[in-house]
Amino acid sequence: MEYMLFICTDSTAPTTEPTVHTIEEWVAETTDGGTRRHGDRLRPANDATTVKLRGGRLSVTAGPFAETTEWIAGYDVIECGDLDAAIEIAARHPMAQLGQIEIRPMWPIE
Amino acid sequence: MADRVADAIARASAEETARIISTVIRMTGDFALAEDCAQDAFVRAFSDWRKGGIPDNPGAWLTTVAKRRAIDLLRHAGAEDRALRRVAVEEYEPVEPDPDISGDFDDRLRLIFTCCHPALPMDARVALTLRTVAGLTPAQIARAFLVTEPAMEKRLVRARAKIKHAGIPYRVPPPHLMPERRDGVLAVLYLLFTEGYSATGGAVLIRVPLLREAIRLTRLLIELMPDDDEVRALLALMLLHHARTAARTDAVGDIVTLEEQDRSLWDRDAITEALTILRSPVPRAGRYGLQAHIAACHLEASDAARTNFARIVELYDALAVIDASPIVELNRAVAVAMSQGPVVGLALIDELVTSQGMDDYYLLPATRADLLRRMGRRTEAATEYEKALQLAPAEAEKRYLGRRLAETRR
Repeated sequence: MEYMLFICTDSTAPTTEPTVHTIEEWVAETTDGGTRRHGDRLRPANDATTVKLRGGRLSVTAGPFAETTEWIAGYDVIECGDLDAAIEIAARHPMAQLGQIEIRPMWPIE
Repeated sequence: MADRVADAIARASAEETARIISTVIRMTGDFALAEDCAQDAFVRAFSDWRKGGIPDNPGAWLTTVAKRRAIDLLRHAGAEDRALRRVAVEEYEPVEPDPDISGDFDDRLRLIFTCCHPALPMDARVALTLRTVAGLTPAQIARAFLVTEPAMEKRLVRARAKIKHAGIPYRVPPPHLMPERRDGVLAVLYLLFTEGYSATGGAVLIRVPLLREAIRLTRLLIELMPDDDEVRALLALMLLHHARTAARTDAVGDIVTLEEQDRSLWDRDAITEALTILRSPVPRAGRYGLQAHIAACHLEASDAARTNFARIVELYDALAVIDASPIVELNRAVAVAMSQGPVVGLALIDELVTSQGMDDYYLLPATRADLLRRMGRRTEAATEYEKALQLAPAEAEKRYLGRRLAETRR
């Protein structure tokens, strides 16, 4: 199955705890194993732009569509057997310690 | 005849549903399809068994019908995936296949772990376990949890959809995940039990059918995981609480406290079974083992005054290491009050009030009220009873608190 990992911040996470891996190690490990398809960091919420088209009128606003204290810092698309495998892969990402990771199954357009 | 058929179906539903569903899942890999096919098999049993009589092996009959239904549905859907190819092989089985007993154990265990997967919301885990493992109908589950049947159906549909879409595996977890997942299953079973033991809403305090289901499912889990001490400890805990059911309410359904209960009404057989399980040494006990030992301390005393509260405090100390929740702290404070006097206990509870956010937990003012009453501080006790009365979830608890309040004002 294919899953998207949203790598998110979490203001309640401890910042002092040393992480088990670096992001580079995680990327190397998951890419070499053939699990990680692609992924990247994302520029912070400050650099976001939200677009809407309503009644033919284009609205462009600065910032993310939802004002939240947490934001998506990056994403990875992984391919693995089931949710338990995805949970294990996500749990090894350093941001599981420093932030939080949301796992969403892909919903391919037929 | 009609009643015999209804009885046979009710029995088969309780005993065979997990087996039927897990067999069809093994065949098709589709949780929702398996549940639908099991349901269809029971519907067909109603008419066929009335006409042709109840088969010798209802479970095997239902399994065969459910499997055939799965084949029909997959064919009808024009399924060309692996599922149908796998099913096509199964089609050539004899009409009355002997249930494969050895594989069957693992199948039901897989089903339990899938239903209790941590990626499902807790209410969905409970509902799915009752539906697929215990074989309760959505209407029965809805009644047990005081929601409407459509709401319960919706909860079940969403849960099945998540299993399928999110790729929740249908398997017994590998050893490195086992401790955490096992605890997850026990939490679902215990929640089921506590909901029956002290209903969070409605007029009836104790819901015996839920208690029985929780105990039955725990016995099944022991059968499937015979080497696990904590599963057996959970059964002991349930039995010890359930043993007091007849004594916990009076003729009109009002609460009788542990202290005031008629101990001759306690179920001695259940207590003996639980105490036999608890012979294993305490230091190895987990969360449920420790709670079971605490319950055993209460039940082993010939009357409330002879309870070994000092030992109960020790057990709560050990429990607080595993589960540092305010509820454990509150119970520990009560045990301290009973062994060292209400003044010491009340001081501990006052600390809890300031350190933990337990403002809307009715047992906190109720406990304070009880200790104040024992100390003869009736006006303060009355104020606390009033607070507790406003927060109490169930009618029976409200009536008990109201009675106490009237006593302190007398």
